[in-house]
Amino acid sequence: MAELLAVLYGKVLRVNPSRPDWPERDRFILSKGHGCAALYAVLAERGFFPLDWLDTFYQNGSRLAGHITHTDVPGVEVSTGSLGNGLAIATGMALAAKRDGKTYRIFALLSDGECDEGSTWEPILFAPQHRLDNLIAIVDYNKIQSLGTVKEVMDLDPFADKWRAFGWAVREIDGHNLDQVEEALSTVPYERGRPSCVIAHTVKGKGVSFMEHQLLWHYRSPQGEEFEAALRELEAQR
Amino acid sequence: MRTAFIETLFELAQRDERITLVVGDLGFGVVTRFMQELPKQFVNAGVAEQNMTGLAAGMALSGKIVFTYSIANFPVLRCFEQIRNDICYHNADVKIVAVGGGMAYGSLGVTHHATEDLAIMRALPNMTVVAPNDPIEARLATRAVVAHAGPCYLRLGRAGEAILHKPTVAFQLGKAIRAREGSTLTLIATGGLLQNALQVADILAHKGIQARVLSMHTVKPLDCAAVLAAAQETSAILTIEEHSVVGGLGGAVAELLMESDVPAVKFKRIGLKDAFSSTTGDQEYLRSVYGLDVAGILRTIEETLAI
Repeated sequence: MAELLAVLYGKVLRVNPSRPDWPERDRFILSKGHGCAALYAVLAERGFFPLDWLDTFYQNGSRLAGHITHTDVPGVEVSTGSLGNGLAIATGMALAAKRDGKTYRIFALLSDGECDEGSTWEPILFAPQHRLDNLIAIVDYNKIQSLGTVKEVMDLDPFADKWRAFGWAVREIDGHNLDQVEEALSTVPYERGRPSCVIAHTVKGKGVSFMEHQLLWHYRSPQGEEFEAALRELEAQR
Repeated sequence: MRTAFIETLFELAQRDERITLVVGDLGFGVVTRFMQELPKQFVNAGVAEQNMTGLAAGMALSGKIVFTYSIANFPVLRCFEQIRNDICYHNADVKIVAVGGGMAYGSLGVTHHATEDLAIMRALPNMTVVAPNDPIEARLATRAVVAHAGPCYLRLGRAGEAILHKPTVAFQLGKAIRAREGSTLTLIATGGLLQNALQVADILAHKGIQARVLSMHTVKPLDCAAVLAAAQETSAILTIEEHSVVGGLGGAVAELLMESDVPAVKFKRIGLKDAFSSTTGDQEYLRSVYGLDVAGILRTIEETLAI
């Protein structure tokens, strides 16, 4: 999801770091709140708050909790952490924007695992009914969830067809290909009157050989030599 | 109370386009006029309370004053996590409205009884909990929750409740209304049971017992001053609610009294025991079965105070 966030905050979202509450800003909802480390990093890089806050992440007394938290963190729209809440909030924002004649867009980033939640499918059903083409759902489809692969736990395929059947305009992309990500996120809405869904096929732990596709790294933080090795691999790919 | 609520909300919404009503596909014959005349301020979220509540939070965070609406415990239980995380944690300006509080939908069965809602809502930070006692209070409470920026839970009765107050009664969230003066004991009622409390007080008066009666329409924040005054000025406090005795009005008053320095005052929670209803019947019938009718309340008072 690092590429998705980098493109969103680097090229797509109309936001103003010096005025995080600018009323006309695009809204970004991280529904997969556990992915907050990447979002905090992107927000700091974009200047929403000082980079040195990142050193406090997850520490006692920090503002940066282990699931995305809005309190006293500029640039964070909403707190999430319990899966399946973000898309309904984003949908409410999209409906309010439509009714108020606003032109800003609402992007929500979901995990594949939270598509197990019924509460995710409720707004998937609702948004096309209300022609919310200012709403964009992005799914980080890395195909691993908490206790196994998506296929083993609760197979989502045919995933794109499900969204299409509910009335969304869908694109599938390689979520690590920056050109594809930028093209997909900067050409929304794909159809007037329909919400857009971007299914980003991704690899969990992308770029670090010993982390890729490994469920273990959903839970584990690299320490010491592991950390150095991971950084070396990522640096080599710059 | 339902009519008083929707009429008041309609009047307010005509003047303030931020006010939005989000229903969970319920309100037949109640929300019709609102839906037809203010379509841009109305949303039917479908039979989907989680969606209703999440949508409401998103709309409130976009500048709206949002009411969610359903019956009994539906707007509270299925979507509790959305209420906690999406509404309360963000201090979003959402008012959750339950029509048919307590056993107003008695005959429909236990799934339709809202009898733990006050306790559950009271436990949430940022939440104001209001359970009006008559249509006048329902009208004034609707205005008050609109004026109050932040999450509120408005637990209403259904239809046909007696009017107990003058329309000009002073109403303020968090401030009990003293419906009857008295110095012997105090009855504190919420959520539609004020009428029974007043009738009980009338009967007690014939026996020479002067009962003070408080309408505690706001369960949170509790009017601590009114409770403590009752503890100091009368010799017994009895709370009356169509709700479990666990954690509702009685629980709130008990917590306050135990931590206060007032000398011992007799105290009793009159409400539903910690059990589901085991019979079928309408509200009036179930109240009589479970001791919340006038005779039942009187019986409990007499047993408690040995009078």
